[in-house]
Amino acid sequence: MSDASSESLAAPSSAVQRRSLLKGTAGILAAGMFPAIHAQEKIVLRYLGTAVNQDKAIAEKFKADTGIEIQYVAVTTDDVTKRAVTAPNSFDLIDTEYFSLKKIVPTGNLKGIDTKRIKNADKITPLFTTGMVGGKAVGEQGTAPKKVIYLEGEKSKVFAKSPTQFMSLIPTVYNADTLGIRPDLIKRPIDSWAELLNPEFKGKTAILNIPSIGIMDAAMVVEAMGLYKYPDKGNMTKKEIDLTIKTLIEAKRAGQFRALWKDFNESVNLMASGEVVIQSMWSPAVTAVRTKGIACNFQPLKEGYRAWAAGFGLPATLSGKKLDGAYEFINWFLDGWAGAYLNRQGYYSAVLETAKAKMQAYEWAYWMEGKPAAQDIKSPNGDLLAKAGSVRDGGSYESRMGGIACWNALMDENNYMVQKWNEFVAA
Amino acid sequence: MSPPSTSHTAAVAAAPGRGIAAWWQAAPFTAVFVLFFLVPLGLILMVSFWDFNEYELLPGFTFKNYLSVFEGCGNTADLCTTLRTYLSTLKFSLLVWGITLVLGFAVAYFLAFHVRSPGMQTLLFVLCTIPFWTSNVIRMISWVPLLGRNGLVNQTLIDLHLIQTPIEWLLFSDFSVVLAFVHLYTMFMIVPIFNSMMRIDRSLLEAASDSGASGWQTLWNVIVPLSRTGIIIGSIFVITIVMGDFVTIGVMGGQQIASVGKIIQVQTSYLQFPLAAANAVILLAVVLMIIYGLTRLVDIRKEL
Repeated sequence: MSDASSESLAAPSSAVQRRSLLKGTAGILAAGMFPAIHAQEKIVLRYLGTAVNQDKAIAEKFKADTGIEIQYVAVTTDDVTKRAVTAPNSFDLIDTEYFSLKKIVPTGNLKGIDTKRIKNADKITPLFTTGMVGGKAVGEQGTAPKKVIYLEGEKSKVFAKSPTQFMSLIPTVYNADTLGIRPDLIKRPIDSWAELLNPEFKGKTAILNIPSIGIMDAAMVVEAMGLYKYPDKGNMTKKEIDLTIKTLIEAKRAGQFRALWKDFNESVNLMASGEVVIQSMWSPAVTAVRTKGIACNFQPLKEGYRAWAAGFGLPATLSGKKLDGAYEFINWFLDGWAGAYLNRQGYYSAVLETAKAKMQAYEWAYWMEGKPAAQDIKSPNGDLLAKAGSVRDGGSYESRMGGIACWNALMDENNYMVQKWNEFVAA
Repeated sequence: MSPPSTSHTAAVAAAPGRGIAAWWQAAPFTAVFVLFFLVPLGLILMVSFWDFNEYELLPGFTFKNYLSVFEGCGNTADLCTTLRTYLSTLKFSLLVWGITLVLGFAVAYFLAFHVRSPGMQTLLFVLCTIPFWTSNVIRMISWVPLLGRNGLVNQTLIDLHLIQTPIEWLLFSDFSVVLAFVHLYTMFMIVPIFNSMMRIDRSLLEAASDSGASGWQTLWNVIVPLSRTGIIIGSIFVITIVMGDFVTIGVMGGQQIASVGKIIQVQTSYLQFPLAAANAVILLAVVLMIIYGLTRLVDIRKEL
């Protein structure tokens, strides 16, 4: 970077030379291949997403590497969608979940991402493109990414049925969610989603209050309790929604729930303070509880996991240097450093190969291969996560991601579902 | 609060020779009022009659949103969500109103009549406002580690052998919601009541005492009636805040206590703006009715 800037400073020695150099620079700029100039132009990318993925260290490292500044705009999952639909010019880069796309893409507010400009596009894990993990197909109920990842063109408002050059979102992180438990307070093995509504834990459970995700957890519980088997949990009929909400309301009136949570930190606090001993939870939240020195398991369950995936998208109006900057950020993100960083938090990165290159062998073995930790495992900011010898919850990447039962979803009956969910909250 | 001010200007305008000037004086406020209150309100009203789908609003005219708000409300066996929510919100309004009124009146009474020196009065008054230097949410959240299952209160009670198992209803309950509201909004009662009390002519109190009135009689027959304006203004503040609140009820109620504001918030976050607008219009109507009722009790314009 410093080389490039000293070069442009030294150039004015001859006027002719200078002019031609400027011309050349303009050409390179137009092609968007000159990070050092970006630095001088001071590109600031407004990055809209949930607080979970917006890590200060990632923005700092990216700025140090390229000079482009990332300005985080942190809102809740629901609000990300809302802003993408209502205020598409209020951000330069969106970090959202695949299930939200059914709402955003038909508005035409997203630009198809040209995979030809993404260096590692062909290395993205097949989970996103074909729905396979380790050569085996995983559950497709709900909004599986492969259903919504391709667009018919750059300015398309419809999803493509087969792979194309344009992606709606470039995947960044994903995970398979399950229940989080406090083994020290429960003191017995937990192996089923049904335990969430087990009266044994009356007043000590919590569920996610983001309707489109909470309903999926509830559906996992309903199936585990043997009440009903959904043809597609991610796309319920009104009757199925009624049944699911009725189950939740009955449990709530019986005093089953201590609280409902909507925000990552809320779930961490509920668990860490012992208000709740079993709840639907996100993997990094479990990690956060553990870094406080409190035992917490991200419990694998026999019915499988509810998976989610998030990615970067570009607003349709983005152009010029900011667009180049956004592509540069996406390329940088898939290049390994960020992937390794996310893997160490318990997420999975979209391009495993590059992340592996930036991780220690013992880290990779612990996080991805399900092997006992050869050394103490530390979080990216140095807190102790697991002592040497321990094994990651849910085992290897293949056994965890291979156990996906359904994906976070946006249902056709979404409006009805939200209305019923309000009924549950008010009950 | 606007009708008094506009009718006030109208009254002044009626005075001969001062019409134009008065209208000019009223113009800036009227403009602000129209631009930032009446126009948005009109838009909300308009949108409440629109249709919508997953990702866009469809202009038109339909009563669908209002019907859906009251869906199932004909069923008497199980209350519908809307009625249940309003009842719960009204319950909190009444509880909080009652408690803040008693507390606020007591504090204002102490400040106005027991503290003699104006300097001390100011000092104590500023002291009351100190909690307002931090944000609402932080003041709310600070209750959580105190009231939790393993919180300070439960730990203390257990250590003192007063209880064996932690008290569960301290947190994420109606109790904690009311507690937080009282903590947050008693100040809105203190200020107007204190203000009214400071205007009471002290010779009236002497007269009461000279006529042989007991302390309670003076309080009930002299001070309370003369503080009425402050009480009503404070009540309007507290009731309107609690009716519309969703943050306090959310945080302190563990997100599982119904409130009208919360329902509106969930609907807006799912882009169901027309539905949320219909709900907001209904909420506004309810709150306006309450305020109308309160202002019947006292002519605020005259008293100020």
